[in-house]
Amino acid sequence: MCPQVLFSNRKPGRIATMEEYRQSGGYKALSLVVGKWTGKDVCAEVQKANLRGRGGAGFPTGLKWLGVPQEGAYPRYIAANCDEMEPGTFKDRILVHADPHMILEGMVLSAYATGAEKGFIFVRPSYESGARILEREIQRARDAGYLGRNILGTDFSFHIVVHRSGGRYICGEATALLNALQGNRPNPIRPPPYPTVKGLWGRPTVVNNIETMANVPHILRNGAEWYQGLSRSSGSPGTKLFCVSGRVNRPGCFELPMGTTLREIIEEHAGGLPPGCQFKACLPGGASTRFLTSEHLDVAMDFESLAAIGHRMGTAAIIVFDHKTCLVEVTLNLTRFFARESCGWCTPCREGLPYLGDLLRRIEAGEGEEEFIPMIRTMCGHLWNAYCALAPGAASPVESLLTNFEDEVREHIRQRKCPCKA
Amino acid sequence: MAYADLLPGEMRRKLAQKIAESETAREQAIDVMTILQGHFGYMSDEAMLAASELLAMTPLELEELATFYNFIYRQPVGEHVIHVCDSAICWMHGHESLLDHLLSRLEIRLGETTEDGLFTVLPVCCLGYCDHAPAMLVDRRIHGELTREKIDRILTKLIEESHSLPGRK
Ligand SMILES: Cc1cc2nc3c(=O)[nH]c(=O)nc-3n(C[C@H](O)[C@H](O)[C@H](O)COP(=O)(O)O)c2cc1C
Ligand code: SF4
Repeated sequence: MCPQVLFSNRKPGRIATMEEYRQSGGYKALSLVVGKWTGKDVCAEVQKANLRGRGGAGFPTGLKWLGVPQEGAYPRYIAANCDEMEPGTFKDRILVHADPHMILEGMVLSAYATGAEKGFIFVRPSYESGARILEREIQRARDAGYLGRNILGTDFSFHIVVHRSGGRYICGEATALLNALQGNRPNPIRPPPYPTVKGLWGRPTVVNNIETMANVPHILRNGAEWYQGLSRSSGSPGTKLFCVSGRVNRPGCFELPMGTTLREIIEEHAGGLPPGCQFKACLPGGASTRFLTSEHLDVAMDFESLAAIGHRMGTAAIIVFDHKTCLVEVTLNLTRFFARESCGWCTPCREGLPYLGDLLRRIEAGEGEEEFIPMIRTMCGHLWNAYCALAPGAASPVESLLTNFEDEVREHIRQRKCPCKA
Repeated sequence: MAYADLLPGEMRRKLAQKIAESETAREQAIDVMTILQGHFGYMSDEAMLAASELLAMTPLELEELATFYNFIYRQPVGEHVIHVCDSAICWMHGHESLLDHLLSRLEIRLGETTEDGLFTVLPVCCLGYCDHAPAMLVDRRIHGELTREKIDRILTKLIEESHSLPGRK
């Protein structure tokens, strides 16, 4: 078993109580830091540990926090992102149900580091049970003096509320999330200014994924060096919550060192593919990443190693497809998802995604033409001109379908039917 | 507050308190609409007007939100709303045939409500329960590892419950 940090208190069917969290060292970082370190010290330690965001983009967390201007306006805010609507991703749900206080402590520390006084946890509708757990545990943390007014008897105060979403994928995008929280239509707003300068109600706001937050207490308690030692890779420290789903024997969420190979995650931790199924491809980091083929199964799952072979870590949600699964149909499904969830703000995404979906549908139905292939490529190119990162993410599976499986697409067109169907 | 005044007193107080505790009224738009549609069944025009009064938003501003979100219903829905996940992982695990089964049992098409007003079936994207695929939400409660039998059991239970309610046959 690999060292468990975020999941150290994970138990089947039950969440860790505040007492259990405390016994495992929880809230020690808070007593260590609050009233003793400066906010800048906290940012510096997180920066030294090289913690990178777990929400998809992998932005260095310490650097983000240092982006809150010293002279910036007050009040300042924290927005913890528990929207998690990227297909294949369910780690945030598991984390909330495993050890909610770890998230809360991470949020309090991020607030201390940046001078924030109020935090929001943005939760999607299908995680209603998670929202209730968080609300209950927020109350317990407040009663124990870890949250609220005068935390641990100091003059530092910080409040957390749970904000329920109405459910839409784009709300997970940091700037759209801020619009959603304020009760505005959740279209993204392209930076600059960055949310750390001008976020909620025009005030400095830090947006982090809740898994990112949960790493913070451990870094501050055990130090940046310890944190780097958890990883098997030199560039990406710490552990990572990997979700594995699709055609595997044991789908689930596993905490493993950064840099664990994709093969080990799929074959050992997720129990490999069921009998009679062979690995065809996977999406290594959720629906917005590129299809990865068997030649790269030995890649180390960390930010740098994936980038080196032209892939992205994304949310580290690994979706496995076997040799019998038609990847045209998978890509059609993903494209429909993105088309439906597009916020409609900009033309390339609003118009381009249904267009791609239509071409893919016709190919799958045996109505495809050779000329569709260059048409798809051209439209994918346009998606990169969209206003936010949803559309380039949506282009990724489509582009990589053509890069890696052009023969399969052409076979659909030549046979005038899906060759994967009997 | 012509429309908001028509809300039950208890609910009005609860909503007013929620709004008072937030930074700005409109921050509570989703919670207010969720509570109102729980009461009215969906966001009717009257419910929209009541909500926009409470939230100090114009009806049009609220409309921009109501029509944006997957879990705000601007049209009448059944007593039980079933959101069936149609994303890639559930699809790999037999989503299509399960959906066909569900719809034929209820004798409706996707997006429709049964004649007795008991069920509405809507598609929804990945629910975040891929480790339990295929999955669906019934009244916001998750059901995973779905099979035809499991769907039948869920429906039967809800139908029985509704029959045992006073005033219903
Ligand atoms: C379309 C889209 C959806 C996103 N959804 C989420 C999400 O559900 N949860 C999340 O943490 N980040 C999501 N992100 C990434 C956020 O924009 C942001 O980078 C992240 O929350 C920052 O936190 P981190 O630095 O801790 O990763 C999404 C991005 C895009 C473009
Ligand atoms: S890329 Fe899509 S989701 Fe992003 S702003 Fe444009 S329309 Fe909206």
